[in-house]
This record gives sequence, structure tokens and C-alpha cells, in this order.
Amino acid sequence: MNMIEAINSGLDNMMARDDDVVIMGEDVGYFGGVFRATAGLQEKHGKTRCFDTPISECGIIGVAVGMAAYGMRPVPEIQFADYIYPGLDQLVSEAARLRYRSAAEFTSAITVRSPFGGGIFGGQTHSQSPESMFTHVCGLKTVIPSTPYDAKGLLISAIEDNDPVMFFEPKRIYNGPFTGYYDKPVEPWSKFEASEVPEDYYKIPIGKANIVREGEAVTVLAYGTMVHVANAVVEEHGIDAEVIDLRTLVPLDIDTIEESVKKTGRCLIIHEATRTSGFGAELSALVQERCFYHLEAPIERVTGFDTPYPHSLEWAYFPGPVRIGEALDKIVGELTS
Amino acid sequence: MAEDNSKTNLPPLSLHVPEPKYRPGDTVDYSDVTIPRAGDQPRPDVNSAPAAMREMVYDMVRVLDDDYKAVGPWDPKLSDDTLLKMLKTMAQVRAFDDRLHRMQRQGKTSFYMKCTGEEATSVAAAMALDSDDMCFPSYRQQGILFVRGYPMVEMINQIFSNREDKLKGRQLPIMYCSRRLGFFSISGNLATQYPQAVGWAMASAAKGDTRIAATWCGEGSTAEGDFHSAMTFATVYNAPIIMNVVNNQWAISSFSGFAGGERTTFAARAAGYGIAGLRVDGNDPLAVYAATQWAAERARTNNGPTLIEHFTYRADAHSTSDDPSAYRSAQEREEWPLGDPITRLKRHLIHRGVWSKEQHEALDKECIEAVKVATKEAEKNGILGHGLHQPFETMFQDVFEEMPWHLKEQSEQANKEREIKWPDAEASK
Ligand SMILES: Cc1ncc(C[n+]2csc(CCOP(=O)(O)OP(=O)(O)O)c2C)c(N)n1
Repeated sequence: MNMIEAINSGLDNMMARDDDVVIMGEDVGYFGGVFRATAGLQEKHGKTRCFDTPISECGIIGVAVGMAAYGMRPVPEIQFADYIYPGLDQLVSEAARLRYRSAAEFTSAITVRSPFGGGIFGGQTHSQSPESMFTHVCGLKTVIPSTPYDAKGLLISAIEDNDPVMFFEPKRIYNGPFTGYYDKPVEPWSKFEASEVPEDYYKIPIGKANIVREGEAVTVLAYGTMVHVANAVVEEHGIDAEVIDLRTLVPLDIDTIEESVKKTGRCLIIHEATRTSGFGAELSALVQERCFYHLEAPIERVTGFDTPYPHSLEWAYFPGPVRIGEALDKIVGELTS
Repeated sequence: MAEDNSKTNLPPLSLHVPEPKYRPGDTVDYSDVTIPRAGDQPRPDVNSAPAAMREMVYDMVRVLDDDYKAVGPWDPKLSDDTLLKMLKTMAQVRAFDDRLHRMQRQGKTSFYMKCTGEEATSVAAAMALDSDDMCFPSYRQQGILFVRGYPMVEMINQIFSNREDKLKGRQLPIMYCSRRLGFFSISGNLATQYPQAVGWAMASAAKGDTRIAATWCGEGSTAEGDFHSAMTFATVYNAPIIMNVVNNQWAISSFSGFAGGERTTFAARAAGYGIAGLRVDGNDPLAVYAATQWAAERARTNNGPTLIEHFTYRADAHSTSDDPSAYRSAQEREEWPLGDPITRLKRHLIHRGVWSKEQHEALDKECIEAVKVATKEAEKNGILGHGLHQPFETMFQDVFEEMPWHLKEQSEQANKEREIKWPDAEASK
């Protein structure tokens, strides 16, 4: 399965298992979503389980919070992460804090799914990576998969989670992993092991990172599309890097990170989102606080630039192999040659 | 394309900024407020199409006439017992508000909000609902909790944020919550409860339940996007919900004109969405009851949502942080043409021969005494600012279902600081 099919399968499994799981969003019903992630679900599970909504993100999220207060498990889709902002207050002030302010009398077991990230010529309004806005909010969990297998397992965990989860799907890798070389053809997921996704229910726990590549020379922290870009660059330069796919930003798997950086003594952080106040800043601070005496080089960050996502200069903006290679060179210089 | 110089003779455009009719010191004249005769308004069938009853959004449903008799097709024909319960509950709410407002002035809590003059819009409305219907209130609907029997001591514990506060001292005073009584957690962010209530109602419908939802906001809050999103969702999915707009004329110091009230009624918002709308005399408890009952029956029979505008007046300050004499004429309250809801119901019951002035005086005393007793009881659990009422761990609980490592670390930090900052503090565990 590719990532879209895996997400579809995760939703399908959960709808079959639990009547309280409902899907709602712009175009998700009859049509099955603009990325087809919900294709066939309305036909299979009925119009009241998977339905289209008005174009009102405030309404979609507010209504989902109310449905969750009733006892359901809504999975609202925001068509592109760039369009979450009209619904932001319902997430930040309501969903995130309902459990706290009601002393757990009411909870918002909602999973907000949304495609995010760039690299598809989506321009400013179809390319943003807003995850750090949500990691800053107390009470929200933030999950980002990087493979079809993970996407399904993490999504099922998110839907079963009793807390509100932001589930960001890296749309650049919906159909196949992306190495950062925009001028080379993308290979489909079918060629990779992670595309072997069981039809049935399975879970990947929220809050557990994945060491996708073991190594001794440097720890590379990445998530979503950037896991694949990092892997490609590391391989190309023949660096003995340990690449960690964070999978979940909140709650973060600090133990895995700490252990790895203490072993390698070096750390590179990569994300697509803009640099200033991005999640990389948090990661960098944590690594510094916990591993300072083990560090043999300054922590480096590779990120998007602090500009809106440019349409025509997309590939100049994207934190690709050149930017990552340079950073690695800075950290593990003597190893690259 | 118009010619370049075609506009040279036009006066310049001008911007309209609404201004209330009266400011402090002004003499109030309510003669332009149209108050139709009680009993004159038609009562459409609950399954009428919204388009067939469009005039209702400009009219005003009234039951009590100038002689305090109940008249017309909207008379809900309630029993003496029910009406007496309504009167007593409203009187109790008012006595509660008066005392708790004073407690804030005495420094026992940080904040308080009264609903003086608006008691009918929550008490009569809640009485017309089933006890298991779900309410998504704003901050002036304490009356619902009184109708549903929430103990006053619990309310005061919340207001004092003391050690018995069910919400663990996390919410601003009066931001109550009771799942058991169908009273949703109040948000300080205006109008957010509107789409949530619609979502709850949609879930109830999707599950084939029989319960409906009701929500309340002020007329000022109708300008929020949430209100309009909620209206759209309610109409699109025919949600079983009653959406109450309590038009008390003032949103802190801004008069209703800043929410669009100069040009049309708030009930008329319903017409634009194709849903049923009623404008009601909000100081007439019988009219509020009748309208709510009508809308509830409509919702319960799959005839969809209703918007009810309660035309009323905020007789007191917005909150303990507000001084209305700084922005409105003192006469406004005195001369409010729809009177006071408690007085009107009292006179109605006296007129019916089931109540008397003496009984009412005794009731007021009883209500004051009951709050006094409840307050004393609650004070035993502490007041705001006196003592560290909640164990510090509670600050970190309920952010998530399970506490992640970073909150555990911060919780330990807070407890360590406690020993340094308050070495003598009695552990309130
Ligand atoms: C989103 C938001 N904006 C502003 C405020 C500050 N605020 C609190 S009450 C209020 C006035 C509300 O007026 P209205 O809706 O008419 O209700 P009323 O107080 O008259 O009952 C304002 C502006 C808030 N709580 N939330």
C-alpha cells in the first residue's frame, strides 16, 4: 500500500471496530477526499459515519469537540494544514484544554488529520508545516508518520487515544519516499518494505521514536519527509549516522534521543518548517540540556527558510541534500572527505 | 468603465460608527422600542417550515399582559406548582448572585458575574427542557444549575477555588461544569460553545438518541465566527438544538449596535440560514418557557434547530470588573419597558391567588439565609488566596490522560519549589 491507502485502511479498520468513529471534512464523503484518503468509506460505512462538511474549519473542529463530548471519536480532516487557522481557537482553547478545565469530566478524543509540508508546487497556501504551533499548545499530541506502515499503525493509535491528536501527513511522500532530489524520479512505495501493510488492525504506539538507521558518528533527528531525505544524504556521503524518525513530537521519546546523542556525541536536527521557533529549536535545547557533556560538536539545524513557501523557487526553499550535506560536513567534517 | 471625472460632484463617503442612544446623564426615552401586546403573536405548529413563520423573528412572543395575566396562544398553561418552583428558583439565583458578588468585594474570590434581570432566560428555559438534555452555557446561565439541583456549596467551592472545588482550582470563578447535570464546561472564549453544542446535537441524532442540546450566548457574541459556523452546521445537518441569544443590550460597554443590532433583530439571523427563529420577551418567564418548549418539541421531532432571541436587559454590571455608570444612563435600568422577570412572575402568581406579598418577603429571606448557610459551609474549605488548596501535582494532571515525562519532571520541580517557598505550608493533601 502507499501511504494514502494505508491511512484509508486504518480509518476503515477503526470504523468497522467502533461505531463511534466518524469522519468529517470538506469533500471527504462521496468523493473520498481530495487526496482520496477517505475513498470508499462513505459507501461502506454509511453517510452518517463519513460525511462532507461546510467549508468552515472552525465549525469542523468545534463540532468534532461537541461530538467527542457526547462520547464519539470524530476524525475531522482539514484539507490542507494551511487551512487549520480558522479552526485554531477551537483546537487551542477548547479541544486541548477541555479535559483539564473540566477535571476530566469531558474529554476531546478527536484526531485531526491533515496533509502538510511542501515539495508539490503547492505555493504558500498548500505547503506549510505548522506542527510547532501545536507542539506549543498544552494538551495536544502531535504525530507525524514517515511510511505507509507507520501511518496506519500510528493513526489507529491516535484514534484510540483519549486525548486530541494532531495527525500530520507528509503529502510529499503519500505515493513514495522522497530523497530530496527533485530532478530524479520518485520510486513508488511498492518497491519498499514499508509498503507491506497488513489489511488488519495493528498499532504503533504514540510517543515512541524509530531508529531507522543505526550508527556511531552523528545522531540525525528528523520526521516525515525529511527522514527519507536524511537517509539518502547520509548514504550518499557514507556517513555512519544514526537516523531517528521521531514519529511523535508530543509526547517526545526523549530517552531514545538522549541515548543516541550520548553515544554519537553529535546531533543534526532536520525539519521542513521554517527555522525560527520551529520544533528544531526545542529539540536543540533538550539535547543541549541533557547531553552537553557528551557533545563533541555544536548542534546543527537544517530547516526551511524564514519566508513564506515560494511557488516558483520551491526547490531553492526545500531543505534538501545540499543544505543537509553541508551541515553534516560541519559536524562530522573529518569523516566526509 | 465610468469616465475618469464622473465622480467629481459626489460628496465624500463617510464611515458610520454606531452610537448608543443614551450615555451617562442622558434622559432615556424607550418610546421607539416596539413592544407588541401580549397574546397577539401566533403560535405556529412545531413542524412549520421556517419560511412560513418568518415574521416571528421580528415580532416578540409575550404571555404576561400589563395586568400580569397569562394570555394568548403561547400561554404554556403551567401548573401553580411549576410556576412557584420557577419563581423560587429565580429568587434563589438572585440572592446567590447578590451575596457572591459581595464576597468578591470582600476579597474572598477574584471575580464574579451576575445575571440580574436575566434569570428567566436560564431558569424558565431549563425548566422547559428535559433534565437529561445537554446544555452548553455561557457565563450567565447559573440558573440552569439551580433548576437541575446542583448544590450551592459546590458552586461556591468552585467560585472560591478551594480544596473541595471539583475543578481543582483550574477555572475562573463561575466557570462551572457538571457532566452529571448536563452542564458543559464553560469557556472564557466567547461563542466557542456554539459549534460544540451543534456537534453534540449531531452526535445525539447520529446515535438515534432522544436527547437534544441547548446553547446560550450573548448578543455581542453573535458576531464571532463560531456563531455563524454553528448556524451553518445546525441548518445543514438539521441538528436537534436550541440556540439561545440573550440580548441584554450590552456587551461590556459596547451596545448591541456593534453586533449589528441597529439594522435588524438577532432572531432574524435565523431567517438567513433557513432555520426557525423566535424573538421572545426575555423578562417574561412564561414566554421564555413556552418558546423553549416549542423549540424543544421541534428538535425532538426531527424538525431541526431553532434560534431564540431573548430580548432582555442587563440590569447590573457586566462583571465585578465593570462599572456601567461610566458608559450608560442610570435610567436605562429603571425604565426598562419589559420590567423585571421576578416581579412579573410574582405579580402573576399573586393575581392567580396562589402567592402573596408576605409569602414573597418570606421567600426572599429564606433565599438569603440559604446562601448564607452554603457560603459558611464552603468557606470551611477555604477561600481564594488563603492557603495552597490543591496539591501541586493536580496542576499537571488532566493535561493528558496519562502524564508524559516532561510534565512529571515539572511536577517534581513544583513540589521542590513548594518546600522552599512555603516551608511552613500545611500539606493540603
Ligand atoms: C473570544 C473572546 N473575545 C473577547 C472576550 C472578552 N469579553 C468577555 S465578555 C465580553 C462581552 C460579551 O457580551 P455578550 O456576548 O453580549 O454577553 P453578555 O456579557 O452581555 O451576557 C467580552 C468582549 C472573550 N471572553 N472572548
